[in-house]
Amino acid sequence: MSRVSIAETFAKAKSDNRAVLIGCMPAGFPTVDHSIESMIAMHEAGCDVIEVELPYSDPVMDGPVIQKASDIALAGGVRTRDTLKIIEAVASAGATVVLMTYWNPIEKYGVDAFARDLAAAGATGLITPDLIPDEAGEWIAASDRHGIDRTFLVAPSSTDERLAMTLENCRGFVYATALMGVTGARTSVSSQAPELVARIRRADPVMPIGVGLGVGTGDQAAEVAAFADGVIVGSALIRCVLEAPDRATGLTRLRSLSSELADGVRRR
Amino acid sequence: MSAGTLPDLSGHFGRYGGRFVPEALIKALDELETAYRSAKVDPEFQAEFEDLLLNYAGTPSLLYPAKRLSAKLGAEIWLKREDLNHTGAHKVRNVLGQALLAKRMGKPRVIAETGAGQHGVASATAAALLDLECVVYMGETDTERQALNVARMRMLGATVVPVTNGSRTLKDALNEALRDWVSTVETTHYLLGTAAGPHPFPEIVRDFVGGIGVEARRQSLDQIGRLPDAVAACVGGGSNAIGIFHAFVPDEGVRLYGFEAGGAGVETGRHAASITGGSIGVLHGNRTYLLQDEDGQTIESHSISAGLDYPGVGPEHAWLHDTGRATYEPVTDDEAMAAFQLLCRTEGIIPAIESAHALAGAAKIAPRLREELGRTPVIVINLSGRGDKDVHTAGAYFGILDPVEAVVPGENT
Repeated sequence: MSRVSIAETFAKAKSDNRAVLIGCMPAGFPTVDHSIESMIAMHEAGCDVIEVELPYSDPVMDGPVIQKASDIALAGGVRTRDTLKIIEAVASAGATVVLMTYWNPIEKYGVDAFARDLAAAGATGLITPDLIPDEAGEWIAASDRHGIDRTFLVAPSSTDERLAMTLENCRGFVYATALMGVTGARTSVSSQAPELVARIRRADPVMPIGVGLGVGTGDQAAEVAAFADGVIVGSALIRCVLEAPDRATGLTRLRSLSSELADGVRRR
Repeated sequence: MSAGTLPDLSGHFGRYGGRFVPEALIKALDELETAYRSAKVDPEFQAEFEDLLLNYAGTPSLLYPAKRLSAKLGAEIWLKREDLNHTGAHKVRNVLGQALLAKRMGKPRVIAETGAGQHGVASATAAALLDLECVVYMGETDTERQALNVARMRMLGATVVPVTNGSRTLKDALNEALRDWVSTVETTHYLLGTAAGPHPFPEIVRDFVGGIGVEARRQSLDQIGRLPDAVAACVGGGSNAIGIFHAFVPDEGVRLYGFEAGGAGVETGRHAASITGGSIGVLHGNRTYLLQDEDGQTIESHSISAGLDYPGVGPEHAWLHDTGRATYEPVTDDEAMAAFQLLCRTEGIIPAIESAHALAGAAKIAPRLREELGRTPVIVINLSGRGDKDVHTAGAYFGILDPVEAVVPGENT
């Protein structure tokens, strides 16, 4: 099966004059099978990229929704190897898959082995919320060896010097955190985001930019799509499952929000 | 191997330490480092810090010859009486230093995490003294266990936020404080409570509490006439231990012992001994030894001492362990409580249960050192805190909390 790379996904969206929709779901939430079904539903309903989050006990960059979903997944006994199986299933269904994970589970797995197994499972890239390029020597070497794209985060507080250094180390796309805070839907899109995106473009006119933190509706997706290359949505999608009375309702809500967001990224 | 030169410029102690945090925090950490470097060489800042330590915190703390305890342990025991400091522990040194630093950076708000509440109380104290807004994150489980400390913090004007995520203990309070900091970093200093976390915290905290060792070293020369054979301290995150170790690191004849919380026994898996019972990984911003499962998920720690009940340890201890300069051993709950009682009965001092781990450890190494040296060993123990806060836990442990019938005022008269 040939993987559709992140670069191709962004290039295609650009030629269609729209933004890429990246939808996030924790692996194994609330069960392994259920999370695969959710991710495939998101893919079918218009998410261009599925961002699988590896559940972690201490997710400091995440707000209450993702933390709760991660806790549920871990309480259900999900393992790192389950996450790789989930990636394999979702990639086999035709989705472009990236993994988001805190650093310790990778270090514990073995950095090179993880890059190898991640590539074998069909993921194209890795987002590392608590790994900055300064500490990423081993990861940069392993991801080069196994052809995994590297997405580091930049923030409104990043200095120009750090923006340039981080962009040099990214491959695929850069994750721009729209505001100074943790993940979670907000009532309005951060005013800091457009300025950050402009600063990134000045530093690197080519690198695709995904904007995350605080996006949860089609209108907000459209607002972000107006200035960014990709729109990253997590908590709002996860809430569809978290708050649903049953599995079928959750999936219906997930499809419905995914297609609303997919419409949004096409209204720029 | 000079400890004076570590961490290196990127904040590493060998392979340990570093910065494993979201990019959003890097600017604040850089600013903190810059502010600290300039404060460190600013005579005015140092004079202000010294003045607060001397006239407010009550340091230098005594180095006390514990004669009756010495007779029991077969060693010459000297206690570094950090329990006599204002707020009852070594932690006041760190919070005064960091609160002054917050002032210097023009940040009107400080946040802190706390387990048992000691660091929270110390932070609230420094914030009251220096007119800073103070928010303390505390696991909900701990706010229930330590209701008196919650009241203390509130009396001092701090806001206490019970954390209901995860295991609802210290590590979750730390996560929540980091989340707050990501959102408020422009106006807020994170007053981290131990010598761990992302660079430059391990270095800053070590330096602010480093007076313990500087004083103990000078007092040893003055009062004992020589340096001790060994220095012993308890290790949770490890601030009191690094505080007393640091000045002694170049003195090769002085053995350094850190005693971790062995809980029910390291072999049971119910403990907080990160170095002796954990493995290398990344948690809360630094690479160090931690309690984790096969997948790198953090394992909950267990200790009778809330102050040691943390699944990680400061990176400098990880490095001192690997280089062999310091020795780390576990002490079980039962061993610590036996030492707790021994100090109460021999010296009339009620220690913090944390510090009782250092006492128990010293009792274990005394015969070994005696054999090795062929004479009575001289051991300096960091009595890092007083035990008032632990009276309920210790009373329950020893079964001496008599069931007293509730007395309704007026009814018996």
